Amino acid sequence: MTIYLNKDSKIIVQGITGGMGSKHTNLMLQAGSNIVGGVNARKAGTTVELNGTELPVFGTVKEAMEATGADVSVAFVPPAFTKDACLEAIDAEIPLLVVITEGVPVQDSAEVFAYLDGKKTRMIGPNCPGIISPEESLAGITPHTIAGKGPVGLVSKSGTLTYQMMYELRDFGFSTAIGIGGDPIIGTTHIDALEAFENDPETKAIVMIGEIGGDAEERAAAYIKDHVTKPVVGYVAGFTAPEGKTMGHAGAIVSGSSGTAQAKKEALEAVGVKVGKTPSETAALMREILQSL
Amino acid sequence: MEYQAKELFAKHGVATTLGKVVETAEDARAAAEEIGGVTVIKAQVKAGGRGKAGGVKLAKSADEAFEHASNILGMEIKGLTVNRVLVTPATPPVEEYYFSFLLDRSNRSHLCIASVEGGVEIEEVAKTNPEAVRQIPINALEGVTPEKAAAIVDEAKFPAELRDQAIEMVQALWKVYVEEDATLVEVNPLARLEGDKLEALDGKVSLDDNASEFRHEDHAAFEIREEADPLEAKAKDLGLNYVKLDGAVGIIGNGAGLVMSTLDVVAYAGEAHGGVKPANFLDIGGGANATVMANGLDVILNDPQVKSVFVNVFGGITACDEVANGIKGALEILGDNATKPLVVRLDGNNVEEGRRILDELNHPLVTQVDTMDGAADKAAELANA
Repeated sequence: MTIYLNKDSKIIVQGITGGMGSKHTNLMLQAGSNIVGGVNARKAGTTVELNGTELPVFGTVKEAMEATGADVSVAFVPPAFTKDACLEAIDAEIPLLVVITEGVPVQDSAEVFAYLDGKKTRMIGPNCPGIISPEESLAGITPHTIAGKGPVGLVSKSGTLTYQMMYELRDFGFSTAIGIGGDPIIGTTHIDALEAFENDPETKAIVMIGEIGGDAEERAAAYIKDHVTKPVVGYVAGFTAPEGKTMGHAGAIVSGSSGTAQAKKEALEAVGVKVGKTPSETAALMREILQSL
Repeated sequence: MEYQAKELFAKHGVATTLGKVVETAEDARAAAEEIGGVTVIKAQVKAGGRGKAGGVKLAKSADEAFEHASNILGMEIKGLTVNRVLVTPATPPVEEYYFSFLLDRSNRSHLCIASVEGGVEIEEVAKTNPEAVRQIPINALEGVTPEKAAAIVDEAKFPAELRDQAIEMVQALWKVYVEEDATLVEVNPLARLEGDKLEALDGKVSLDDNASEFRHEDHAAFEIREEADPLEAKAKDLGLNYVKLDGAVGIIGNGAGLVMSTLDVVAYAGEAHGGVKPANFLDIGGGANATVMANGLDVILNDPQVKSVFVNVFGGITACDEVANGIKGALEILGDNATKPLVVRLDGNNVEEGRRILDELNHPLVTQVDTMDGAADKAAELANA
């Protein structure tokens, strides 16, 4: 099994006609994803051909879901329109919404997150690479060629570190790799993914990648202590980051003594999570665990 | 900075006194004369603890204003040079309060923090009397309605005679927070002046760059160019995501997480090479074409502290051959301006082709290393040579 996304997932793309949307829809199709259509209010009723597949374009997420039975939407819409795109998808009760867009104002994300309360949608992102269940489906921009199916569950704030870790452990493979995004407010957290991996029988061990800023890693450590029985290996980026400077991701900033990589590492180690100093050391720690399983 | 925060306060109807921002002691004298009476001369830098550093002084006369301004201008506070002072009328507070709206990451919403116990020393109050510092969650969909503002004022226990003023001010501050897309709006101190008047005596506003990008073109004016690091300013003009640090190994990578990780790996490797450290953060993103690579290299090679450069790219969407061609093109564009050794580590999509292109290039400055740890070690070694 996988988490959140599998071979039966039917995916629509919000913003399918845009540059990013069409490029990555193409790549998702190459990865074997079951893309069933796209959404663009101004181009409703037309079709687009990508990777040899003719895809219908709908006016709304609701229409797309009714016509295709889609249960996943991947949003590649510009930041100015992301909030509305999310609210529309949530109103349509799409079960999984993956928001790739980078640069969404955080007050918009706060509004969307508040709107999710009590609704049927799980949101991943924004500002994330999305989710891949190798050899089954890809909803996002993670290269599908890096690694195949296997026993490792991976959750990461960073896209490229997701790729790096998948590459390091490509001989073992992954059940699902999920990039939750580096923004201050995101829909799915480390804890959500840890819970899902814990409940997924095919996931045997979990790699958790964090970075400076916020307290998500500390919270995840507390969660692991009480709820996770599978082995978890951690990595935290940003030990050398100076205070008060944003390191690329909007959420990656050390404020005073909070949000430091050191504090996160200590919190994880305190609950028995082995934490690597570098991505390769982290992979080596996971390798040891996998070989002993 | 304070005067900029106050401009935003005034724009949205928050009671405050703007005063005058000046850059010379002579102008400070003129401003004090115009304001009349006792004035306060306040250093304008993006740092807390200005008073403790001697950057805030009371002036009884215009001459005293001149004198204080001469001392404060040019002074360093927490590493920042003071280029401006704010001259405001001295309005001694009867009582000082604290008030802020901020982004609450843990709860993925907004938070209001308010305290009627002490203003400036709020951190101290939070330690000694945490009950006096009220934290009130704000629902991001509902915002701060008049009813919510009243509830905040009552929970924070503002004096009854100030209740109506406080409610009005809370709503105005919320307007600043929402309409300017702020992540922090802080008033400290929020002062009760003679005659029971509430006023924002000092404040701080942090704005969300993501929102400024397309919703607030006017926010660009808040950036003070001469105070930014010149390399950071140049990188910004080139559209690069760059942060200057103070080590000797220049870093270029793709993806924020991988670049942060690269800095760490270089710092660890540096331990064995005289303690060399990373010189910068530079994320060239997914594209990594020749122009972006050349721009990135150009910024880094202009940093006099840089002794070697580590290019760390994982080919995800971007194939490594494109990246290798980017490096090749960048070296052609830079020509003789490329003077420092480059250690390149490519991995991922089309890595063989990428490595072959660089092997073929056989450039005297370029060394290829297959692993991230090995390349970091090589770059640190070259920086320490």
